[in-house]
Amino acid sequence: MFYRESGDFKTTYIDDDQTFPIKFDRYRYYAVMFVAFAIIPFMVNDYWVNAIFLPFLIYSIAAIGLNILVGYCGQVSLGTGGFMAVGAYAVYKLMTAFPDVSIVFHIFAAGAITAAVGVLFGLPSLRIKGFYLAVATLAAQFFLVWLFNRVPWFYNYSASGQINAPERTVFGEAVTGPNVNAWAVYLICLVFVTITALIARNLTRGTLGRKWMAIRDMDIAAEIIGVNPLTAKMSAFAVSSFFIGISGALFFAVYLGAAETGEAFGITKSFLILFMIIIGGLGSIFGSFAGAAFLVLLPVFLKVVGADWLGVPTDIVAHFQLVIVGALIILFLVLEPHGLAQLWRVAKEKLRLWPFPH
Amino acid sequence: MPEQFIWGIEVFLNGLMAGVLYALVALGFVLIYKASGIFNYAQGVMALFAAMTLVGIMNGQVPFAHLINAIFGTNVHHFGWHVPAFVAILLTACVMVGFAWIVQRFIFRHLVGQEPIILFMATIGLAYFLEGVSDLMWNSEIKKLDVGLPQGINFAIDDYTYGIFGYGFFIDNLDIVATIIAAILVLALTIFSQYSKQGRAMRAVADDHQAALSVGVSLNFVWIMVWSVAGFVALVAGIMWGTKSGVQFSLSLIALKALPVLMLGGFTSIPGAIVGGLIIGVGEKLFEFAVGPMIGGATENWFAYVLALIFLVFRPQGLFGEKIIERV
Amino acid sequence: MKTKLTALALGVTMAAGPAMADLVFPSLSYRTGPFAAGGIPYADGYADYFTLLNQRDGGIGGELVSVPECETAYNTEKGVECYESTKDAGALMYNPLSTGITYQLIPKATADGIPLHTAGYGRTSAKNGKIFSHVFNYPVNYWDGASVGVNHFKDVAGGSLEGKKITLMYFNGSYGKEPIPTLEALSAAEGFEFNAIPIDYPGQEQKSQWLQVRREKPDYILFWGWGVMNQVAVQEASNIRFPMENFMGIWWSGAEIDVLPAGDGAHGYKSIQFHNVGSDYPVFDDIRKHVVDTGMAAGDGSNIGTVLYNRGVYAAFLASEAAKDAQAATGSSAITSSDMRDAMEAFEMTEAKMTAAGLPDFGPEFSVSCENHGGDGSAAIAQWDATAMEWNLITDFSNSDASIIGPLIEADSSAYAAENNIAERCN
Repeated sequence: MFYRESGDFKTTYIDDDQTFPIKFDRYRYYAVMFVAFAIIPFMVNDYWVNAIFLPFLIYSIAAIGLNILVGYCGQVSLGTGGFMAVGAYAVYKLMTAFPDVSIVFHIFAAGAITAAVGVLFGLPSLRIKGFYLAVATLAAQFFLVWLFNRVPWFYNYSASGQINAPERTVFGEAVTGPNVNAWAVYLICLVFVTITALIARNLTRGTLGRKWMAIRDMDIAAEIIGVNPLTAKMSAFAVSSFFIGISGALFFAVYLGAAETGEAFGITKSFLILFMIIIGGLGSIFGSFAGAAFLVLLPVFLKVVGADWLGVPTDIVAHFQLVIVGALIILFLVLEPHGLAQLWRVAKEKLRLWPFPH
Repeated sequence: MPEQFIWGIEVFLNGLMAGVLYALVALGFVLIYKASGIFNYAQGVMALFAAMTLVGIMNGQVPFAHLINAIFGTNVHHFGWHVPAFVAILLTACVMVGFAWIVQRFIFRHLVGQEPIILFMATIGLAYFLEGVSDLMWNSEIKKLDVGLPQGINFAIDDYTYGIFGYGFFIDNLDIVATIIAAILVLALTIFSQYSKQGRAMRAVADDHQAALSVGVSLNFVWIMVWSVAGFVALVAGIMWGTKSGVQFSLSLIALKALPVLMLGGFTSIPGAIVGGLIIGVGEKLFEFAVGPMIGGATENWFAYVLALIFLVFRPQGLFGEKIIERV
Repeated sequence: MKTKLTALALGVTMAAGPAMADLVFPSLSYRTGPFAAGGIPYADGYADYFTLLNQRDGGIGGELVSVPECETAYNTEKGVECYESTKDAGALMYNPLSTGITYQLIPKATADGIPLHTAGYGRTSAKNGKIFSHVFNYPVNYWDGASVGVNHFKDVAGGSLEGKKITLMYFNGSYGKEPIPTLEALSAAEGFEFNAIPIDYPGQEQKSQWLQVRREKPDYILFWGWGVMNQVAVQEASNIRFPMENFMGIWWSGAEIDVLPAGDGAHGYKSIQFHNVGSDYPVFDDIRKHVVDTGMAAGDGSNIGTVLYNRGVYAAFLASEAAKDAQAATGSSAITSSDMRDAMEAFEMTEAKMTAAGLPDFGPEFSVSCENHGGDGSAAIAQWDATAMEWNLITDFSNSDASIIGPLIEADSSAYAAENNIAERCN
């Protein structure tokens, strides 16, 4: 009833090719965009932006990036933290070396640098498959963190190796440094999320995305039907790392403002983002958002309810957070093994048939 | 003999010992992966949980004391008794069997036949859950674990090598004990899986679930058994590492040390875990010894993975992994 | 379901019910995660001291103190959330208790006008008040620690370190890297040989590092570790039979929990401390009487008198004294974070104040000024007695070598100022 593919006639090729061909999806997308761009910026304060929206948006970019690699192309990666560090350090070096260039270019450049590094560490994927491939990306993870910690050039020879984001502006409004407005940092991240999500959505609908999925489903078969595994896998690594690099740059420059490689981009970050896409749903852009939301919002929600409202001691709340998150993951799996994105698919199915269930 | 060479031997021996400790953790992963195809992310947390339970029982700690106190306003902490180490180890082993039953009954029974990635995800949930529960149960303070294992330099080896090389080798008594225990453990596991009925059932399940089921092997039983054995291995690993550093949260991070070992040795091979552990242990220690000082040290973490990567480029299924046969 | 909701709603109203206390000192603690073992006693001490002030004196200057606790698990992102969620409640001062969170909060808190107090951690060059207007790291920082430690070794060696070899073993991260520039400068000045051995987080496995120590045979070892790294290092040092009296940790590597797992092997291990140790102070009797016995303690009271608990108490004591000064300066009991900052900048710690608070001779006397936010850098050396199972101060508080540290602080802070376009104050 509400959600239907039929009856939505397209009369031009352009209509037929649009990002969201189904009317319901399109309107939903417009509605989300409207709320995100036109309503939320007027309502946010420091707390909402720094505690909820920024981490959610930035992790979403990283999750989309990782989902392209793991969910669409089937190449397991545990190097996300390391690649985010590349993005962060690249943007830091660029920001301090070329203070007059807009930070937007720096962030894209950081993404490009990360893409190059990602391709380099993706090379073993041509030979190693499955869980075993994780070793190559783990090598990247640990090596990159070690490198950024070890070579003083990366942190401009500061005494302790911490990097600090100086103030930079976009259209005269500060987006990094201490004197930022909540709405400004929210919007800059939102713009990047929108751009990356649209790119991802369109890439995965097109030739490249289909090549990736062919490789994921069975690489030998894909090779036989004419998909070049070298270009397909390397492009997946490049695009994925590009997104992850952008998220790393935003994570450091806009969100934290100061970072230390081992603490901010350690192995736990790699696992966290992998968990996001697994929980959200592999091979789904929506799933990336859902997973990021789940793992960012739930702990904050539990903390606010437990510690701030009910006054439970903070350590008990923190332990219960783990217990509840863990139990929820298991519960979801038992009830719905394919992640949060599958819930949405099921909901669409229901909407399609409503009010007649058969 | 040049000094560097003698030192190299010492580093080599210590690398072997460290490798045994890594292998001990990796063993738990292999057992579960082999029998049920689950990559058990929670293995490290299981080691933490087992060690905490052991210390808790030995010291007569009241489980969930902090929670009980917070809810009821009481002030209970200890039962006031001390349980001998041996009894406590047995009790902890029982707890791990109970844990295995719970895991099987409430999680994996519902997920039979799912894809590996989903089973992996379930273990992520399990890891979160268990981490929270162990801290709630036994609190997150650091606890000293002493089950009577010797620790410190082995004087006999020190004196003996001093007599030969003019430089006494440092070998930790705890490492020697760990090596012996690991050897016994592997031997026992091998005998168990080769000669006992349950062990054979386990291998049958590892080869083919459906075939095993059709000849009357109870999958449920085998899986509970495997999780119990893995829990016991986690307990042994927890005791070894916990004796060295005290029992605390960081114990769960030893799983990271086991990952390169697993990948190098192959997920499905017990000898692979041992040999992989030895190679990683020796490799990272020798690299840190020979190259580390030149490039600033602390290379062990990433070099272990680079080493595993080099091996995998030549053998993509790991040293002892089953050959990957792909058909279209 | 309905009853549950009612219960929840009731809980919410009840929690919101009590009037907001006027003096808010948020405690960003970590009772979970890899460093929980060190975070718990500190957070307990910090909370208990303020509870004592509320129970015994009715707060500070008649105003009740509230210490909203927020769990960071030593994680920078959670630290951000904690800061944002507590800052609007009228926070007077932050004690972030993590180097990472401190770096992250320095620009933010400065922009929000809330002072940071990082006693014995955080950014060392924040001592330069000309550039870091809202950051205070009195009484001591890591570079002072390194200097005092080296001075102690110098005394032990008979007045000269010429030809000696000092090794630094450190947490491979920003915290551990802090003392390296100082030690390099000291090595040039004192003529000792210096090398640094990094230990990666978490530090469960340190065999390579200690074999290296065994081969290189340094005369003295300084140690910057935290978490499980401490216990393993002390254990390994005793395993290789390194003379423990030549092995010295910074104050974060010198608590009871760090040495207890190693048993007798840890006997003689030293650590640098910026406050006194032991439970032999009137304030602890008061805490037992007014806080623990009334069931208001943050922990179970068993931590009282341990090094990290004392440090929490000391941090709370310094904060409350500054608040008293602020009240005296403004003439009103309700103070703001900017009053607090001004009071911290004019802060003076005297023996009289410490004695009045039941902490006689607990820490060094020092004073803070606009240019100097770090005090005089006084620290003392403590030694572990494994038979009595207690730490004892074996030296008096002595000042660090300002001629070495001063230029380093100047250089590091001016680099920060240049990067962030900060103009010097106090001129």
